[in-house]
Amino acid sequence: MRVDSQPRASVEFPRMSTNTSTEDLTWFGRRTVWDSINVMEIGRFRSLIWQFALRDLKVRYRQTLIGALWAVIQPVVTMIVFGVLFSTLDGRPTTSGLPYPVTSLCALIFWQFVATSVIAATQSISMNAQLVQKVYFPKIILPLASMIPPLVDLAIAAVVLCGVMIWYGIGVSLQILWLPLIAAGLFLTALAAALWFSAMNALYRDVQYTVPFLISIGLLVSPVTYELTAVLERMSPGLQFLYCLNPFVGLLSLIRWSILDTPFPPLVPLVVSGIGTTILLLSGVYNFGRMERLFTDRV
Amino acid sequence: MSDVVIRAEQVGKQFRIGKKQPHSRLSEVLMGWLTGPFRRTGDGDSASETTFWALKNVNFEVHKGDVVGIIGRNGAGKSTLLKVLSRITEPTSGRFGIKGRVGSLLEVGTGFHQELTGRENIYLSGTVLGMQRHEIAARFDEIVAFAGLEKFLDTPVKRYSSGMQVRLGFAVAAHLQPEILIVDEVLAVGDAEFQRKCLQKISDVAHSGHTILIVSHSMISIQRLCNKCLWLEDGTATMYDDVNAAVDKYLTSFWPEADQTYREFELDESKPVQLTRISLHNQNGDPATSFSCDEPIGIDMQFEVRRDIAGVYGYLEFVRADGLTVLVSDSQDLASNPFTTLQPGRRTIRITVPPRVLGHGEYSIYLSFASKRAETFQVDLPGNTLAFRVSDLLTARGDNRGGVVSTLLEWKPIEA
Repeated sequence: MRVDSQPRASVEFPRMSTNTSTEDLTWFGRRTVWDSINVMEIGRFRSLIWQFALRDLKVRYRQTLIGALWAVIQPVVTMIVFGVLFSTLDGRPTTSGLPYPVTSLCALIFWQFVATSVIAATQSISMNAQLVQKVYFPKIILPLASMIPPLVDLAIAAVVLCGVMIWYGIGVSLQILWLPLIAAGLFLTALAAALWFSAMNALYRDVQYTVPFLISIGLLVSPVTYELTAVLERMSPGLQFLYCLNPFVGLLSLIRWSILDTPFPPLVPLVVSGIGTTILLLSGVYNFGRMERLFTDRV
Repeated sequence: MSDVVIRAEQVGKQFRIGKKQPHSRLSEVLMGWLTGPFRRTGDGDSASETTFWALKNVNFEVHKGDVVGIIGRNGAGKSTLLKVLSRITEPTSGRFGIKGRVGSLLEVGTGFHQELTGRENIYLSGTVLGMQRHEIAARFDEIVAFAGLEKFLDTPVKRYSSGMQVRLGFAVAAHLQPEILIVDEVLAVGDAEFQRKCLQKISDVAHSGHTILIVSHSMISIQRLCNKCLWLEDGTATMYDDVNAAVDKYLTSFWPEADQTYREFELDESKPVQLTRISLHNQNGDPATSFSCDEPIGIDMQFEVRRDIAGVYGYLEFVRADGLTVLVSDSQDLASNPFTTLQPGRRTIRITVPPRVLGHGEYSIYLSFASKRAETFQVDLPGNTLAFRVSDLLTARGDNRGGVVSTLLEWKPIEA
């Protein structure tokens, strides 16, 4: 039952003075979805993004024993495990002919970024619930800021990738210039997933237990420890389509193409994956904007 | 000349209430989707939900340099109004206009992280409260000096005492200088010295031409700090006027009817324990509403105890006519809380205020009964029940005595 429907009109107070200027006030009412991703507004809070990122970085490195080394150990160990697994099972994870450690590590460090940033961002709003209820800032700042420390990890791991490439004598060609754009696409896609999960987790805490599971499945169904063409050629068209809907398939293949000069990924899977990416992005942003108003009242 | 810097137009805020949130677990949401795919979920207007309006059609205008006190009982919507105006939560209806940078202080130490050092937290909390890095850097030394924590700047905040954390938190907040400051009285926590420093700082800011909105239960600080006052009642703005006019009206609004020696309350079977009758009497046991400072004041409270009332305690305030709470008494103050042993039935508890405690003046007896173990924390809330008057008849200074208490002290010569 409703305790009170539309509130009754209250007393009108006499205006204090008649010739007041009110036209230069900035007005606020119900938020719209688009208020949540108002780039100007987010830009005004950029120093807060840095402070949150800095806080997370400092706290993490102060509490861990091996610190930055962790960023390297995870992709390297994953690479070794899958390398051994594939060779034991007599699998053929690559079609490019590149040494497995290079092609695998190249995608793994970017996947590692997606994994850690999405997991961190999922909890960003619920963990800052206290703050969300006591100060105003665009809430999108929280998932955004929690994706910066994983970027630092990515930079550290990239150094190791360079070392491995030099060891195998593999250089880069001109299409490395596309990497910033592709990496930005990957960042946005991870952000989109993070927006979905962080918004849902603010209201339903079981999301944070679901995300690590999804991430570990994601590692298997994305071209990370194997190359895209190596699986596509062994799939039925229906399965190919399903597989390519994964928003990360196209981007991870493109990363390999730009860094390692593997053949350009087949166009149709790329387009299908691009559609998946776009849907994830738009829906993530829209859903976050829709749910943002609930954070303060119901976190 | 007077510029409008805040203007609220028909501002309303609706909350959902009830024990059951619409969905607490994801699985329930998914079930919801499966069972009712076409149900509208957007604004939750479904009939099964209980909603209430924390704010209803609130209108007011604040001019540049105004210091506005927001008063009202608990749950009147004061904090909600502050949260709406600082954009922490959106209004459900209506709109408000703001001119200038808004800073809101709804707690001390906003954004502190326990693992970080004092220095790092100054930057973090300052940024969270809306300061730019260069502004914090420029005021850094001032902040540290105000907090008096120079020696502990590089110590993690988790090793600070709670007092130190509060000092640092307030020091950062105090150096935030927005055009419009929104403050909740929760700021005035900590020891008396700290509260004084807080209020002094707020009063400095107020007198330097800043616009301030402040929520407080203390009519005395409201009258000292503010020039305007907004009185909220059940989410509605009952009065918005000059501070003295509004505070006077507010205080008399809940003052119990004068010259009543007893009051009886309607029975409510849902309360496990309920105050049914309260009466005042003098030392001869005769009903009275007027007392001398030199006689004890007797208060008899009759209760209907219906069920197990473990964990229940009583809370009593003597509130003076100007809104000052002069004395607080808790049934758990002394070793045994009588409520834990009361058997079901009609029971009476007597409180006696010794002579020469309360100073001259008019008082109201405010009562509340609660239990930390009950489903709803509040068990019975009689509120302001009876009023009485105390006069100082026997001393030469009599009712001209200032101060709050009437205790007489001996002036005793001692041998050198």
